[in-house]
Amino acid sequence: MISVARFDQAKRPTYVASLELVPEVLAGSRLAIARMISRAEGNYAEASAALAEIYKHTGKAHIIGITGVPGAGKSTLVASLIKALTLEGHKVGVVAVDPSSPFSGGAILGDRVRMNDAAEANQAFVRSMATRGHLGGLAPSTLQAVDVLDAAGYSPIIIETVGVGQDEVEIVTAAHTVVVLSAPGLGDDIQAIKAGILEIADIHVVSKADKPEAAATVAAIKGMLALGSGTSHSTWSSPVLAVSSVSGEHMESLQTTLRNHWKHLQDSGEFAARERNNCRTRIFNMARHLFQQQFDAGANDLEQHLQAVVRRESDPRTAANVLLGWNQER
Amino acid sequence: MSTNKIRVLVAKLGLDGHDRGAKVVSRILRDAGMEVIYTGLYKTPTQVVNAAIQEDVDVIGVSLLSGSHVPLFRELCKCLRDHKAEHIFVVAGGVIPEQDYEPLRECGVDVIIPQEARADLIVTTITELVEARGRI
Repeated sequence: MISVARFDQAKRPTYVASLELVPEVLAGSRLAIARMISRAEGNYAEASAALAEIYKHTGKAHIIGITGVPGAGKSTLVASLIKALTLEGHKVGVVAVDPSSPFSGGAILGDRVRMNDAAEANQAFVRSMATRGHLGGLAPSTLQAVDVLDAAGYSPIIIETVGVGQDEVEIVTAAHTVVVLSAPGLGDDIQAIKAGILEIADIHVVSKADKPEAAATVAAIKGMLALGSGTSHSTWSSPVLAVSSVSGEHMESLQTTLRNHWKHLQDSGEFAARERNNCRTRIFNMARHLFQQQFDAGANDLEQHLQAVVRRESDPRTAANVLLGWNQER
Repeated sequence: MSTNKIRVLVAKLGLDGHDRGAKVVSRILRDAGMEVIYTGLYKTPTQVVNAAIQEDVDVIGVSLLSGSHVPLFRELCKCLRDHKAEHIFVVAGGVIPEQDYEPLRECGVDVIIPQEARADLIVTTITELVEARGRI
């Protein structure tokens, strides 16, 4: 019989109320920041007042989204950025999203593997997050994690999305600057003119510039951009940069471009519009989430209503009304 | 309603390049519904503790096959205490001879899972540890 050796080390920490953690978060305590993010992720009712308080202290950080196909080099790029930005004296926050299993709900979050030393720098805070069933490239509480880091004084804050396909563009209403990372050798100019992910980039980055195919990918994206932008309400024209984390090639020009875009947002007045748009999306998403919660709370009676609908004694709309706790017809 | 997952940091400490076991265990925990953060190879105790704090994990699982488990766990547990992160459980796995169990207990290791352990034993051990502590 194989057994484990279990020692009772007598450690039973008490639960610290979330509101009590808020001053510690604002003072930059890493334990408090990490704990608060977990409570947002776990959707603790007890934490909602604290998160509301934290939100009042946000709005200072430059939020940078990095998205691209799996294996494009997002984590590696983030690692290079952490290194460069912390050297410049920034406190860099990172929220890196990886997928949850649709079967077990578990996840392996491997973004840290690429970040190694960068993630351990004292001026950086890197948090991995699982999607927990959420589609769109982010996790349900990614933006709350960003709030916590923002309130704690981190800027810029980098959101690394899951490896996306062609259509997961949620990052566009989550960040101020969206970097779309394309890997060489994955598609031609037809892929480049398709709608979706490539349209949302404020900055295009082609990774693995040390590979010979990178030039063709840069050309395909530039060709696509030459046809004009579908979202013409910006005066910013998205540059295409080829970078290599192996050789360190052009990492500096990416940093400069990130800074330029941030400055452009402020100078052009687009920042305010973007903030409004991002906040609007957050309200809608939260409303949808609360709505779902309310529906789930009534779902214990689902079976009864389901049978009634199948037997034609009730109808789907009436059943939905009752399950939502709405007494009269809407 | 709170629905938090058990979060585990799976780490490789020191000069030990054998990570097949760590990856298999990561996969087992994933399939049991846990969120596993894998650190990669050749980590120092300080790096592991830094990562564990930022990730707010419930458990640090370290697989060691190099024979240097006693000094490395001593350093790891000390580092956890220094950072006031003793609420994180330390689970040791890999090749650990029984005569080293007592020194590891003294360091602050919570559980030693022998290498022969089956998947379900690993899962129930970690689940019980975290559930007994409760949410924090």
